[in-house]
Amino acid sequence: MTRRLGWFLAGGLLVALLLAGVVSNVASSSPDGLDATARQGCTFDAQGKITGGTCMLRREQQHQLAGGPLAGYGIRGIDNPYLSTGLSGVIGVLITFALGGGVFWLVRRRTPGKA
Amino acid sequence: MDVQAMHIANGIVNGTVSAVFAVFAALVLAFCGWRARADLDDRLAPMAGLVAAFIFAVQMLNFQVLPGVSGHLLGGTLAVVLVGPWVGALCVSTVLIIQCLLFADGGLTALGLNITNMAIIGTAAGYLLVAGLLRVLPRTPSGLGATALIASVVGVVAASQGFVFEYWLGGTTQLSLPWVAGTMAGTHVLIGIGEGLIAATTVATVARVRPDLVYALRRFRPQPPPAETPVATPAAVSGGTR
Repeated sequence: MTRRLGWFLAGGLLVALLLAGVVSNVASSSPDGLDATARQGCTFDAQGKITGGTCMLRREQQHQLAGGPLAGYGIRGIDNPYLSTGLSGVIGVLITFALGGGVFWLVRRRTPGKA
Repeated sequence: MDVQAMHIANGIVNGTVSAVFAVFAALVLAFCGWRARADLDDRLAPMAGLVAAFIFAVQMLNFQVLPGVSGHLLGGTLAVVLVGPWVGALCVSTVLIIQCLLFADGGLTALGLNITNMAIIGTAAGYLLVAGLLRVLPRTPSGLGATALIASVVGVVAASQGFVFEYWLGGTTQLSLPWVAGTMAGTHVLIGIGEGLIAATTVATVARVRPDLVYALRRFRPQPPPAETPVATPAAVSGGTR
C-alpha cells in the first residue's frame, strides 16, 4: 500500500466518522420506506406500541440480540441521545472498516512485483 | 434522535422462506467471494474496507422523502462503481451483518432476506445499469455521477421488489400484494433518487481526486488500458529472448 493511498483512506475514513458521529444526529427519525409500509394500517401510541388495525408489524418478533450494548444505534448506559447515537456510529464505522478491510486484505491476491 | 430500525425485522416473513433465502444468500456470497479474489489486490482491498465503512455511515443518515416517511442509502450502486460487483456485494453484506449482530437492526432470522435484497438484487441491478450506461456516457466525473444516479434509482427499486417477492412467498400477514408492491415501489423511487444524489456526489468526488481508484473507470472500458503497453514492452523483449 502506498502512502498516497494511505492519505486517501484516512480522508475517506474521517468523512465517514463525521457522517456517522455528527451528521447522524440530524437524520430524519421518520420510519424508512420499508418500515412505513410495514406500519400502514395500524395505529400507534406515543411509545410506538400498536393500538389497533392490521399491518405487517403485527407479526414482528423481537430481535434475538436486542439486548446488545449497541442495539438500536445507541450505547447502553449513555443517556445523552446525541452522544449515544454519535458514539455508536463512530464505533460502527471503525468496526466495519477494521473487519471488512481486514478480511479483504487477508484474502487479497498477492502478485509479487505488482502494486 | 433514535435512528430507526431500517431493515426487515423478524416475523414479517415466515421462517421457512427466511431459511431458504439464507441458504440462497450464502451460496451467492460464496460465489461472489470466489470471483472477488481476482479483483482484490493491494489497492482494492483497503478501498473495499473504506467503502463498507462509508456505506455503514451513510445508512445512518435517513432523509425525508414524504411526510412521515424517510429513506436511507442502500449502497449497492455506490459499491459497484468504486470496487466492482463481486467485492461490492460483499461490502454491502458486511454492513448488513454488522448491523444485524451488533446494532440489532434487521432480524437475525431475516438476515438472508436483507442480504438478498440489498446486497445481491440491489447490487446486481446497479451493476447491469452501470456497465450498460458506461458504454454510452462519457467516462468523466460528471458522466460517472449521472451513471451512479440512474443506476441507484433502478437498484433501490429492484431491492424493494425483492422484499415484495419474499412477502408474496412467505408473508405472515394477508395484505394485498399489489398494494405492497405499489407502496414499496413508490417510496423507493424517491429513496432511490436520494441515494442516487449521494452516490453521484461520492463517485464524482473520488473520480476527481483519485480516478485510478474507481473500479468502473478501470474495468468497464471497451478497450484495454493503453498505458500498459509501453511499460510492458522492455519486459516482454527481455523475457522473449529466453
